[in-house]
Amino acid sequence: MAVELRPAPETTLNKASQAAVRALRLMGMARRLPKFPVFLLLLVLVIPAIFAEVITPYGPLDSPQGIRGRLEPPVFAGGTWQHILGTDLTGRDILTRIIYGSRVSITIAGIGIAIAGTIGVTLGIIAGYYGGLVDSVIMRLVDISLSIPPVLLALTLATVLDPSFRTVIIVVGALLWSIYCRQVRGDTLSVRTQDYISRARVSGASDVRIMLRHVLPNITNTLIVLATLQVGFVILLEAGLSFLGVGLSRPTPAWGLMVADGREVIIRAWWVALWPGLAIMLTVFGFNLLGDWLRDRLDPRLRQL
Amino acid sequence: MQRYIAIRFAQGLIALLAVTIIVFGLSRLTGDPSTMILGLDATAEDYERLQQRLGLDRPLVVQYGVYMGNVLQGDLGESIKYPELGAGGAVIRRLPATLYLAGVSLLLAIGIGVPLGVLSAVRRDTPFDSSSKVLALLGQSVPNFWMGLMMMWIFAVQLGWLPTSGTGGIKHFIMPAITLGSFQIAAITRLVRSAMLETLDSEYVKLARIKGVSEWKVVWKHCLRNAALTPLTYFGVIAAVTLTGSVTTETVFNWPGTGLLAFQSVLSRDFELIQALVLVFSGIFVFSSFVVDILYAYLDPRIRYASS
Repeated sequence: MAVELRPAPETTLNKASQAAVRALRLMGMARRLPKFPVFLLLLVLVIPAIFAEVITPYGPLDSPQGIRGRLEPPVFAGGTWQHILGTDLTGRDILTRIIYGSRVSITIAGIGIAIAGTIGVTLGIIAGYYGGLVDSVIMRLVDISLSIPPVLLALTLATVLDPSFRTVIIVVGALLWSIYCRQVRGDTLSVRTQDYISRARVSGASDVRIMLRHVLPNITNTLIVLATLQVGFVILLEAGLSFLGVGLSRPTPAWGLMVADGREVIIRAWWVALWPGLAIMLTVFGFNLLGDWLRDRLDPRLRQL
Repeated sequence: MQRYIAIRFAQGLIALLAVTIIVFGLSRLTGDPSTMILGLDATAEDYERLQQRLGLDRPLVVQYGVYMGNVLQGDLGESIKYPELGAGGAVIRRLPATLYLAGVSLLLAIGIGVPLGVLSAVRRDTPFDSSSKVLALLGQSVPNFWMGLMMMWIFAVQLGWLPTSGTGGIKHFIMPAITLGSFQIAAITRLVRSAMLETLDSEYVKLARIKGVSEWKVVWKHCLRNAALTPLTYFGVIAAVTLTGSVTTETVFNWPGTGLLAFQSVLSRDFELIQALVLVFSGIFVFSSFVVDILYAYLDPRIRYASS
């Protein structure tokens, strides 16, 4: 059997058709996505985050009735339709703040995972592809980063850097890169021995090209599953850090901060803590369901907590 | 086996050494402590004298050496809030409360998670299985500080069945242990379930059934023994989650352990105390994953032989 060593010519037409095929495949996949988690995430996270200004009559920091309108109960517990889920200690509308809070969660999870993923994938491919000393050094770094307890690292960094958006991103990045790195290294090791890699090498492809064009596409399934499952983890982590006062700072409408506000008035006003926590739980639940589903379809051997 | 133990031990030591370097590096990032100690009217001479006394005028490597020397002698630094105990003493005094709580919550997780996972696997695709799957997934999705607060509101404030916070009798343990254990219960259920599904399908189980071994024995003896190995691999993750959870759980319930200490020391900017906490916890962490790896290699000969 003749082996075609020359790579297919990269004409514009070829590229366009490839892109079209890929788009179609994505669309087909989107249609097959499980309905419940997608519906849940659209409802709790995506639609509120996009249309926050349209849905809500107030701003996230407004107290419409001033301090007199504080701690109003939800509508079904003796409140008014003005504030469906009630108001907090300074009279801000809780539903409005939860809706704006979805933006905070999406942003943190998106940026954090993108940074951690980029670092982890790069180091993981390099370690798996080259092996030897590079591999040992990178894997020792992974071991080290995995041996520091996450929240204590976060607490330490937060005391050094002060609570802020940047701190949370650094904490997320510092915690998650090693998980990607380990997974990608293992996958690269098994892809590296495949025939098409040696053929690519014979046809004169550079190391960088092989890593980007031949190894990376073959491990993306794992990465998609891993990233989806980690969104929930990141949202929980950010909420926990904000709750402890070392994550985001007031008056950001972050769900974790809102639960912390509710903690102080839990005896008088249960609703202040209830709703934002419920939002966290439903969002994370949605991502976990989606991640589980994707894993079963794309990468059944990846078992994770 | 001995070689394997030696390699793992060395790796653990390297990791701990790196942790001390990171902790030391972070402490130097926080700025010059002498400007904080001295008042505004201090002269340049005062400043120099203090720098000399604290050893801050020497090169970083020497400073690190001094720090390591102290750590090896058990001196983990000073604490602003506990000057008489020192940072190490404060951590050790608070440690038992955390270990008790973590122990109870782990027992709870094993006691609930293992049977639930086994039954779920045996009754695969029944309503029981589906509901335990959803429950486990919810358990992994709930922010534990929020769950603690909600339980506190229902069982302590509304019903008055349990004390809101603090330590005391068994009643004080219930809510914190469930809060801390919620993720672990869910994790163990899921892990045991999937591991059981694999072993239930294996050849030796079929053989045992053909031999006429009772179904009870097949499930709880033959299968569970092998399935129990998988959750063990994830013990590191579970231990990490427990330590992490202890900070939020202890803060919510005012539990006087190291987690609460960490929270308090961040509030009071007691930096050497935080350093000591990171060091002690990393130590526990590295040690427990070392023990798990050894145990795993002992139980599963494939690991032992592959690595040596």
